[in-house]
Amino acid sequence: MGSKVTFEVFRFDSETEESSYQDFEMEYEDEWVILDGLNYIKGFIDGSLSHRWSCRMGVCGSCGMIVNGYPTLTCSTFIRDYLPGPIRVEPLTNFKVERDLIVNLDDFLRKLQQISPWIVRDEERAIEHGEYLQTPAELATFKQFTLCINCMLCYSACPVVSHELNFIGPAVLTLGHRYNLDSRDQGADMRLDEMLSSDGIWSCTFVGECSQVCPKHVDPAGAIQQSKVSGVMAYFKSFVMSSGSRE
Amino acid sequence: MRAAIAAAEVDPDLDVAVVSKVYPMRSHTVAAEGGMAGVVKDNDSFENHIYDTISGSDWLADQDAVEEFVKEAPGELIQLEHWGCPWSREPDGRISVRPFGGMQIERTWYAADKTGFHVLHSLFQTSLKYNNITRYDEWFAAELLVGDGRCQGVVAIEQRTGEVHGIVGGATIMCTGGGGQVFKFTTNASIKTGDGMALAYRAGVALKDMEFVQYHPTGLLGSGILITEATRGEGGVLLNKDGQRYLQDHDLGEPLDVTDPEHPQTRTMELGPRDRLSQAFIREEEAGNVLVGPQGSYVHLDIRHLGEEVIDTRLPFVRELARNYAGVDPVHEMIPVRPVVHYMMGGIDTGIDAATSLPGLYAAGECACVSINGANRLGSNSLTELLVFGLRAGHNAAGFALKHEISDKGALEAQVVTVKKRIASFMDKGHGGDERIAVLKNEMAETMEEGVGIFRQEGSMRRTCDRLGELRARFENVKLDDTVLRHNTELRAALELDFLLDVAQSVAFSAIARQESRGSHQRTDFPARNDERYLKHSLAYRTDGEPQIEYGDVTITRWPPADRVYGN
Repeated sequence: MGSKVTFEVFRFDSETEESSYQDFEMEYEDEWVILDGLNYIKGFIDGSLSHRWSCRMGVCGSCGMIVNGYPTLTCSTFIRDYLPGPIRVEPLTNFKVERDLIVNLDDFLRKLQQISPWIVRDEERAIEHGEYLQTPAELATFKQFTLCINCMLCYSACPVVSHELNFIGPAVLTLGHRYNLDSRDQGADMRLDEMLSSDGIWSCTFVGECSQVCPKHVDPAGAIQQSKVSGVMAYFKSFVMSSGSRE
Repeated sequence: MRAAIAAAEVDPDLDVAVVSKVYPMRSHTVAAEGGMAGVVKDNDSFENHIYDTISGSDWLADQDAVEEFVKEAPGELIQLEHWGCPWSREPDGRISVRPFGGMQIERTWYAADKTGFHVLHSLFQTSLKYNNITRYDEWFAAELLVGDGRCQGVVAIEQRTGEVHGIVGGATIMCTGGGGQVFKFTTNASIKTGDGMALAYRAGVALKDMEFVQYHPTGLLGSGILITEATRGEGGVLLNKDGQRYLQDHDLGEPLDVTDPEHPQTRTMELGPRDRLSQAFIREEEAGNVLVGPQGSYVHLDIRHLGEEVIDTRLPFVRELARNYAGVDPVHEMIPVRPVVHYMMGGIDTGIDAATSLPGLYAAGECACVSINGANRLGSNSLTELLVFGLRAGHNAAGFALKHEISDKGALEAQVVTVKKRIASFMDKGHGGDERIAVLKNEMAETMEEGVGIFRQEGSMRRTCDRLGELRARFENVKLDDTVLRHNTELRAALELDFLLDVAQSVAFSAIARQESRGSHQRTDFPARNDERYLKHSLAYRTDGEPQIEYGDVTITRWPPADRVYGN
């Protein structure tokens, strides 16, 4: 209680397109996360600081930023772990900055839709016929890949995203893989067209930064690696089947 | 999202707009943990779920609405399964259910302890396949468009540019959630500012039963982060400073040992309803039986006996939250908890068809009040409510929109201009005085905790009502530091505070008017339930001064009011 810390916060004026760093010194409390510091600045020092946040319990995915150079969920990371400071807070890299700490997510939303992240069925089951049976083992094959909160830290960390703008990217490829593995789904062939395209899984150089920064341990790198194996299998399967049909 | 999909499915030519101040996957449904109720087991019945919900509501729920809700619930849960929700399963592949507070049979479907997260993402991702759904992400609804005596859309601020636009539509559905941010210690996200409630209220629609605010008994000490009721459904227990399972002293039955195969017993002890458990905490606090630390008083939630494997399989998020935010690992240590504002049973006055008194305006979810929750909601009924009444709202709004052309366009355009002027005046450097939003918001939240907390009485409620009036006047002197149009989050905070003050007043004035104790509304000066006078829904109407409180009938069909009995 009563200790002071300084935040060096990235500011971006969208009208003049000028960027700068602004220092804010404040008293903080031991249980404060980085986000609490930002909210204190906004509430009591400078109301013009702009950042996104909502749940402050690490599940809505709004408050990802770069803290001391590392992609971080600011509601889940404590000021006390960065002492003595100063603590540098910047917007996520690999995204266009709209204002201060707010980045443009249009590309992500476009890619998300592109991968068809929904259950695809040849024939829909009627509600009266009840649920699809799915054993705990079947669920376990994809459960981990459902846990992505779309916080974008993996896009910020990914070296491929930084120079290949159209790369579908870790979170969306993981989501595609998640649906491909779901025993209720029949849309893998359609999704693999996107995932195996030039902007898909083969662009991944398996540096693994995405899995390092993921606050939910989703392991996008593992998902992409598994997808590569399925992609190869699908390729050979189609080859065997087409040669088989010639006989 | 459920309403949007329902409306989109009515007719592919309907143009459905989803207007949200945050990206849809950020909405606070994401934070719901424990599960959603729907009758599925052979030893369960609709009658059971109906009775649990009505008795849980302290007989203030509308029984026809509860009956339809319960009957439609399983179908909607299966629909969500078909849309990919990763429900937890039994070894044979069927849906797994867990017990929950106030429910006599296990009927709560769950996806580990991230049910809301999976529900929201499943719905959002499924919505992406509908070509006739257009999203307006990060657009802030500032006012309802009303012309020809009906709602014809909203005036919204595109936050990215700061531009104000009218979005016209044949029908409008509010799905904006609650307003827990009127309190200080709450599980609710920063975005839960009661926007939809205030928008409807300003358009002349009543806010119903606003005095009923749910305190969840197990908020994490300090942050108020939700620790799900599923911890108790799985067998967790609450202990006071002496290590006693204190609920046995508060008319919630006798405890069984945690090793007893019958533990936990439904509708008993830790599986009592939320209002009773939160009230028991205050009684223990008054008796000096709780623990006290630098962050206030608390009791212990103990789940250690469940073991690491069960905790990691069924309650992994609880472990993550407790470790990260309280520094305790529930596998080895007890979790410090206390009651926390969680949910508003009240909301926009809607009927069983999700329609409001303003033609063309519908509402569903926490922002609405049908009411199936009455004076106290049972845990795991609210996520189900989103689906059942979201579907109804979507269907009925689509039907209305197909029959009504946009009309009175001049009036609608004039409204957009008025809102533009209001926003511009806010942004004017010369506007107002020197009041800071954060200061006013803190003062509002403090006076709400003091006046309309778990136990209430005339004097402190009166002070809260007076304070809210003063804050309303001071709001006129709010000064913005930020005069830039793009992503002006300070402007948004000001508009949200404006909404919050409306919601706060409706809560406080409805509370002081109800001179009885029922469910979550407990008055020390009127400790008994009074069916003769108050088996009624309160209806708060906005005026230029204090809210006007009226009353409407409760629909009682087959379950006449009786005592609420919990315990084995």
